[in-house]
Amino acid sequence: MKRYDTIVIGGGHNGLIAAAYLARGGRKTLVLERRPVLGGAAVTEEVFPGFKYSVFSYVVSLLRPEIIRDLELPRHGLQILPLESTVTPLENGDYLAAWADPDETRRELCRHSPHDADAAVLFGRLMHHMAMAVKPILGMVPPDPASLAPSDLRSLLRLGGHFRSLGATRFHALHKLMTMSSADYLDEWFDFDPLKATKSASGIIGTFLGPRSPGSAYVLLHHYMGEIDGAFRAWGFQKGGTGAISDSIANAARSFGADVRTGVGVERVLVRDGRATGVALSTGEEIAASVVVSGLDPRRTFMQLVEPKELPGGLVEGVGRYKFRGSSGKVNLALDGLPSFTCMPGEGPHLRGAVSISPSLEYLERAYDDAKYGEFSRQPYMDIVIPSMIDPGMAPPGKHVMSIFVQYAPYHLNGGWTDSKREAFGDTVVKTLARHAPNIESLILHRQVLTPADIERITGLSEGNIFQGELALHQLFFMRPVPRWAKYRTPIRGYWQCGAGTHPGGGIMGGSGRLAALEILKEGGR
Amino acid sequence: MLKTSPFHPRTAPLVRAQTWRRWSGYQMASAYDPHPDREYAAIRNAAALIDVSPLYKYRITGPDAARLLDRMVTRDVTRCRVGQVFYTPWCDAAGKVIDDGTISRLDEGTFRLTSAESSLRWLRMNAVGMHVAIEDVSESTGAVSLQGPLARLVLQQVSPADFGALKYFRLVQTTLREIPVTISRTGYTGDLGYEIWVDAPRAVDLWDALIEAGKPFGIAPAGVWALDIARIEAGLVMLDVDYHSAHRAMIEEQKSSPYEINLGWTVSADKGPFNGRRALAAERARGPAWAFVGLEVEWDSLERLFTAHHLPPHLSSIAWRTSAPIFRGGLQVGYASSGCWSPLLKKSLALAHLRAPHFVAGTWVTIEITVEHQRLQADAIVRKLPFFDPERKRA
Repeated sequence: MKRYDTIVIGGGHNGLIAAAYLARGGRKTLVLERRPVLGGAAVTEEVFPGFKYSVFSYVVSLLRPEIIRDLELPRHGLQILPLESTVTPLENGDYLAAWADPDETRRELCRHSPHDADAAVLFGRLMHHMAMAVKPILGMVPPDPASLAPSDLRSLLRLGGHFRSLGATRFHALHKLMTMSSADYLDEWFDFDPLKATKSASGIIGTFLGPRSPGSAYVLLHHYMGEIDGAFRAWGFQKGGTGAISDSIANAARSFGADVRTGVGVERVLVRDGRATGVALSTGEEIAASVVVSGLDPRRTFMQLVEPKELPGGLVEGVGRYKFRGSSGKVNLALDGLPSFTCMPGEGPHLRGAVSISPSLEYLERAYDDAKYGEFSRQPYMDIVIPSMIDPGMAPPGKHVMSIFVQYAPYHLNGGWTDSKREAFGDTVVKTLARHAPNIESLILHRQVLTPADIERITGLSEGNIFQGELALHQLFFMRPVPRWAKYRTPIRGYWQCGAGTHPGGGIMGGSGRLAALEILKEGGR
Repeated sequence: MLKTSPFHPRTAPLVRAQTWRRWSGYQMASAYDPHPDREYAAIRNAAALIDVSPLYKYRITGPDAARLLDRMVTRDVTRCRVGQVFYTPWCDAAGKVIDDGTISRLDEGTFRLTSAESSLRWLRMNAVGMHVAIEDVSESTGAVSLQGPLARLVLQQVSPADFGALKYFRLVQTTLREIPVTISRTGYTGDLGYEIWVDAPRAVDLWDALIEAGKPFGIAPAGVWALDIARIEAGLVMLDVDYHSAHRAMIEEQKSSPYEINLGWTVSADKGPFNGRRALAAERARGPAWAFVGLEVEWDSLERLFTAHHLPPHLSSIAWRTSAPIFRGGLQVGYASSGCWSPLLKKSLALAHLRAPHFVAGTWVTIEITVEHQRLQADAIVRKLPFFDPERKRA
């Protein structure tokens, strides 16, 4: 039987990052990926000849800078291209744009609300401070507030000191951000409804919340984090699609000596006397290792890869209560040419940025209403990008790929997802887009529609939740995925978790993979 | 695209070296000539015409207009008579400066406020519950500054107003070659000068009239580079260069009180309630921790640093805006925020923030200067501002 120090199950970005850190720390490390491509939800695939789709995750900003430095990712292929603008088509035929240049953005905002143009400066500063306040948390192993262990107490004290140092005003603002809905929070600052809608959209992405649901303001902050300190201080496209990020991490891992195998599914983790001893593959092969790390989501980590009976009841119950409920879908299009938006006809710089279908708060909330009652949104929120505009390698010359993130598409659809429901969902997305870009239908060469059920089937993400479980306050930090088990450990010795279902989770951030690997290395032993 | 000023059709063809810059979202000329020397000389020797349209401008009307402004700014606006102009900063509740600008009382219930940054939201927040209308006239009003010892003579050729009677910081509503204008005896150069306010559609006509009338008097369009040297000589503080708005500062250390930027004289000790009154009274009582002063770099010490490299001292014709540390007795006691070579005074000048007690006039300090990639120090002496204050400014 082959033998490794460490086996990482799942070649998603967190698994690969954990493997790279472990190999860098001197561990003989193997990564096993079930699919033929690496990356999990950060994959590039040529689904239609000549056209490369970032099939699931499509933009990056949150990737932790320390990971980029530690793993020397630019040397291994990381190259982020700018995604500079956001345009929101409005119901009245006008648009709202945010450009890369602050003067241009200010002038555009003034067109709609001079008040909001002034407020945006102060709001931006506040969010910067809020992100600064939360940032240290992203880089720390969550302490258990119910524990009296010296390391937990030290960590909690440090955290307490950090929050005290914010000063009263910022602490109060942070409290609001943690408890309010994004709509209410934005109401405190802005008048112009489409602006609030577009800003609030980042508060609902990947969660089963509407802009008026309490708690959504925090998700807003989670996305702001990328702006102060993510990969390149803003959202961007990876050259070659998000799969190329995964490849760059895999290259880094290999450069440290890790083995990476694709097309190899893990059936279960081998456990003897409460200790992980290796993995059994779906082929029946067994590979021994003293440490096994699961990059899969908590449900698969605890309910599938190991026998739940070997786990304490509290943990099994906790995982059972952990909320996935995927709420978003994805439509990828191969286009014969560029769409022309009614509000900004023809080609232009706006096509290099995002187009946000979020004309009003009511639009978003109604989209949520449909999902609440088990239907996909008849008029969904959509975040649209055309990566081939800035990365010509994504499509043949003159042709384009369009990525459409769609919300809401509930995993638990009334009657369940079927092929015809999937196509109806795809039709709804194209129809909604055609209201703003009438020529879109005539340009479509190929259409890939992914419902939460498809996301689950292809990537293995339970219930199709793109964050390995909702980024809601009740399952963050020391609550992620389950209280007492938020430090990447499991009750089985030598069995660890490193997916986005652990702190800090969500987005192509990599914090979970890194922190898990550092904990494993700290633990010592092979 | 950046915005263009109402004078752009006339100024754009003059920008020979394409030396454009940004100013509040506008595309403006840094200089018309490749170097600002001639444009600066016009400010001090003849008459310079400077487009200042990017200033934010607000028209504030209504029975509570004076009350709103009085509550917002540090000066006592109730004392501002019709036809008078007040220069003033305004503060947040902690007494930290948000912006500075001028308040012109056009008639009993009508004021015009200028500011460097957008102030609409702040005005509205201060106006809650008041009978007042606030109109942003930034884009509908063109503004051009005519500065220099011959400025009055130029205006007398084209306007019927009595410029002999128009005192410093007073304004007159008049015509200029039949174009309705407001002319205020104000400016950002510390010289004799006027600012002319016009409806944007008539801006080009106004420009043409002034250029034509000014020709015999050596009028020259001047850009921001020339203006910057003049305002440093005049010791006038500039937002985002010498201080940062309390609304935009990222940390407390980046904020300044009026006392700390040489605007203590604008803080009324006896007016009614206004933003920052309590904090400013406390600061007045304990004495400010910082002062904004002039520095004259001592020539011999400057020259020595260059001579060591067999070079003559480098004297730029453009002002600098980078922060330079100031030391005394080996300890850093402050920083200079802008400076220039004064072609008029033949001195290297800097505007500096110094901690107490090092800001007393006559104190010797050193300023960091980079010569051939080495950070060195030259001697400098603290001076009261302004460096240059000609009688003609007020006469």
